[in-house]
Amino acid sequence: MACLTRPREGNRVAISDEEAVRFRATVIELLMISHPHDCPVCDEGGECHLQDMTVMTGHVYRRYPYRKRTFENHDLGPFVTHEMNRCIQCYRCLRFYVDYAGGHDFDAFGLRNEVYFGRLRDGALDSEFSGNLVEVCPVGVFDDKTLAAHYTRKWDLQTAPAVCAFCGRGCNTIAGERYGELRRVLNRFNGEVNGYFLCDRGRYAYESVNGAERVRKPIVGLSGLSASELVRGLGARLESALGERRVAVGARPRVARPRPVGIGSPRASLEANFALKRLVGAERFFLGLADGEQTLVERAAELLREGPSPAPTLHDIEAADLVLVLGEDLTNTAPMLDFSVRRWARLRPTVAEERLGIARWNDAGVGAVKKEEPSALWLATTHAGKLDEIAAETFHAAPDDLARFALALAAALDSKGGSRTAGEPPQKSRSAKARSAKRSAADGPSASLTADGPASDGDARLERFAAALRAARRPVVISGVSCGSLALLEAAAALARALPGPPPAAAAPLALVVPEVNSMGLVLLGGGRLSEAFRLAAEGDVEVALVIENDLYRRAPAAQVEAFLKASRTAIVIDHVKTATMAAAAAVLPAASWAEATGTFVSHEGRAQRSFQVMVPPRPVQPTWRWLSALASAARLPAGQNWLRLDDVLAELARERPDLAPAALVAPNADARVADMKIPRQASRYSGRTAMHADVSVFEPTPPDDHDAPLSFSMEGYRDEPPAPLVTRFHAPRWNSVQALNKFQQEVGGPLRGGDPGVRLIEPPAVPTSIPAAAQSSTAVTPSPPRPAAAPSSRPAPPPAFRPALDRLLAVPLHHIYGSEELSMLSPPVAGRAPAAYVALNALDAERLGAREGRPLKVTLDELHLSLPVRIVASLPEGVAGLPVGLPGQPFVALPAELEIEHEDGHA
Amino acid sequence: MSYLRGLWIVFLHLFRRSDTVQYPKEMTYLPPRFRGRIILSRDPDGGERCVACYLCAVACPVDCIALQATEDESGRRYPAWFRINFSRCIYCGFCEEACPTYAIQLTPDTEMSEYARASMVYEKEDLQIAGTGKYHDYNFYRVAGLSIGGKGKGEAENEAPPVDSKRLLP
Ligand code: SF4
Ligand code: SF4
Ligand code: SF4
Ligand code: SF4
Repeated sequence: MACLTRPREGNRVAISDEEAVRFRATVIELLMISHPHDCPVCDEGGECHLQDMTVMTGHVYRRYPYRKRTFENHDLGPFVTHEMNRCIQCYRCLRFYVDYAGGHDFDAFGLRNEVYFGRLRDGALDSEFSGNLVEVCPVGVFDDKTLAAHYTRKWDLQTAPAVCAFCGRGCNTIAGERYGELRRVLNRFNGEVNGYFLCDRGRYAYESVNGAERVRKPIVGLSGLSASELVRGLGARLESALGERRVAVGARPRVARPRPVGIGSPRASLEANFALKRLVGAERFFLGLADGEQTLVERAAELLREGPSPAPTLHDIEAADLVLVLGEDLTNTAPMLDFSVRRWARLRPTVAEERLGIARWNDAGVGAVKKEEPSALWLATTHAGKLDEIAAETFHAAPDDLARFALALAAALDSKGGSRTAGEPPQKSRSAKARSAKRSAADGPSASLTADGPASDGDARLERFAAALRAARRPVVISGVSCGSLALLEAAAALARALPGPPPAAAAPLALVVPEVNSMGLVLLGGGRLSEAFRLAAEGDVEVALVIENDLYRRAPAAQVEAFLKASRTAIVIDHVKTATMAAAAAVLPAASWAEATGTFVSHEGRAQRSFQVMVPPRPVQPTWRWLSALASAARLPAGQNWLRLDDVLAELARERPDLAPAALVAPNADARVADMKIPRQASRYSGRTAMHADVSVFEPTPPDDHDAPLSFSMEGYRDEPPAPLVTRFHAPRWNSVQALNKFQQEVGGPLRGGDPGVRLIEPPAVPTSIPAAAQSSTAVTPSPPRPAAAPSSRPAPPPAFRPALDRLLAVPLHHIYGSEELSMLSPPVAGRAPAAYVALNALDAERLGAREGRPLKVTLDELHLSLPVRIVASLPEGVAGLPVGLPGQPFVALPAELEIEHEDGHA
Repeated sequence: MSYLRGLWIVFLHLFRRSDTVQYPKEMTYLPPRFRGRIILSRDPDGGERCVACYLCAVACPVDCIALQATEDESGRRYPAWFRINFSRCIYCGFCEEACPTYAIQLTPDTEMSEYARASMVYEKEDLQIAGTGKYHDYNFYRVAGLSIGGKGKGEAENEAPPVDSKRLLP
């Protein structure tokens, strides 16, 4: 068969030869002999690769007279269905789930024509990427269980290109709506961000849009005002607040009268946040992040901007020969980065492959070689994660110790890099290393770096990590803010600076993970801290507080938030889900969710991406920026009054913030047309148009206009391939399944035609300024690729080593793919897999404290008294406890924090 | 001369059987395959035949069929609701042709005049009949491999019993 033959010079390949055509038809007929004849009740029907191929090869009638093979199914949990009768034994599921996603609870069982794909027994699939089986399986063995609950065929879904709203990675999705309900999320290929896959949070969190927790009507204290009356009233309130300011500013600038403040949100779009900033003024705009998080994300943005380390794209990761993860539990903080690392670990080019002449497409060969090779993934985190099992070595320590470790690595690299220590012998004694380390940082990391073992242990480990890094030619460093440690962020950047980068980058790529979909965009927009807003309110300087798409109780201690809301007299909350913050609000305006509004989001790598409106929300729900614009008009403010369309907001943004101007260009604007037509959100076969609303009225409504995007809410429009950022579905004539994607790529596996969508807003300066000329010249003569040496003086001082205390532990944040993100927890399938609150302890600490697995432990932190069941996490360093982040109902705590154990001997 | 011939023929017609019938007092014969009012039939066991596959809806050239699929505890698919807007229907019969289960059938009933268009919107209750309609024997679930209440794996037509996936005998 041609697909397993290496092409050679002079080969002739015929795919439409009569014999080839006949051969393909017989293959399909063979695959169909046990087909269960159930396409009408199969969720894959209408987007099935086997269906497409059967139709294309012309197999119509069953000639095989014998009995069909059948299988029993498994219950695979809330995400994926299982119907093994449909299997064609292609092994794709196994190759994806086990080889690439690293799952352990899935296999092929049995033999010959009876091979079975599934788990050993019933049970939820354990992998965070199990949802991809839905797209990977060419038939209907694995399908989307959440879709089955409100089943709709592909052709009936109104779809639009969206951006996943559930973490900072910014994966591209296609979301589909039917009958006013969001019904499914599929992957949208983007070769630079998420490739062919999504994580299960991203795929299954969409139900939060339909949930009971949605705000669909304005909520006002008692009176039942209409939305427009409410806006008029609130506008007048705003106007009076601002009017007073005008007078006050004119007369005596220093005596401030109460004024409005605006609190933005990392889950709101760039446009919404910008609209708020324009409305309240730059000095009265606050980002709405927890203070600690704001410091971290701001620094992360700075580090990306300063360079010289660029943020890696998916391609950079794929081309790496070493990946070092510092402090991030990627599986839970940026799941698709975890997957990318796994995929890289499986596919990364190695010397042995070149030597043996194994081609990249030869998956089995590549996999076999990889099994023999040592891993090139190095982890230094606070606790064990799922990635540990494929790492060459892992190191678990408190965040500060991780920072020290990273700095020590950087120092070790410097001394070996030899640019300033040319005289030293290549093999240095420990003292020499310590000496050079001392020189490179004011408070050089001492030999006993680590808290968890004897000094020599830590040293040997350091040396192993350093040796691997020294040998690396294209390393990638991944870190982030999830540990809550600024020192670690700085150290990761310092380490990346000390490592070589792929040309033209002067240093190793550095991925910095941030928590939410627009954390990075919000920080780039810039604004004050929440605590400053609280202070203003406490001083009586706040008349109206405008809070958009933010639950302040997740950002600051409850007492402070309460005081703030009370002190700011009129709190106006604009949000799409019910939050605790609304309880104290004078008015709540219903905002459009991510699926109901077009907006721009900036991912952790600084990539601005447009997420398009999928469905039209029932009135009066509208995008946050429209509410803000309406408020501005009602308050007769100049800012944002004349915004009718998203493009107006973006134009204003580009005018005011040239650095963010590219955000307006990430996708064609609303006036763009292809062959004078808009791009339809509905397939040409969209059904039920004249019947779906007939129970209400037999007069079909006109399709709503979309003023914000060059997409239409109808079947009419340009039917051929649209520009890449506007791809509403992957479909080509006769290719109904997701395999149609290959028609949209420049070549199979390559970028989308016209380039993968998204524009980086931050790129480090092309020519790094931080490298001294001497270092550059010296790197020129070394045979290894340029190894930039960051000026050691610019390297941050390591934080003091972490010392476990007897009666208090350091609580570090533990993130959960299901549980830590606010919106996804409003989706029942995701919420069902979230853990209950707990406190994690190291086994030694637990023994010392007399705590036992599952038994409640009373702890105090930040003046909060909590009683939490204990979970023993062996990998946590001694003296460090873990607390899950962001679980619903859990009070806010700024982590890391000191955690005291309350002894309850007396009253147990 | 031709006038007389014409008169004669007309005269003879007085004694022919009349084609005009006194509708509605008298009904004309419409063959079973006549394309009139649409019904949803039941399978020979009395179960709901429609499996909510959406094929009739997508085949309909005027898009006047809308439905929503759901399933019972045993995994049997059926429409939660099913609506045909007969004020749009052109009685082309494409839906019947598309239907893989013989559920949707056109009948020789054409008496569908209404004063209000809204009365032409038929819901599932209005469409369902008690019998099998024109096709008496076919039962989709007896052929298809999907297991439903009362029919396990390997019990459909032409099926071998389920494979024991943990057996390794050749
Ligand atoms: S991907 Fe689907 S068809 Fe292929 S082996 Fe797995 S279950 Fe069977
Ligand atoms: S990794 Fe993040 S952005 Fe990507 S699919 Fe998962 S939740 Fe969404
Ligand atoms: S008869 Fe034709 S127009 Fe009427 S419902 Fe069926 S497919 Fe649609
Ligand atoms: S085609 Fe037949 S089985 Fe399918 S939805 Fe229509 S009536 Fe039901």
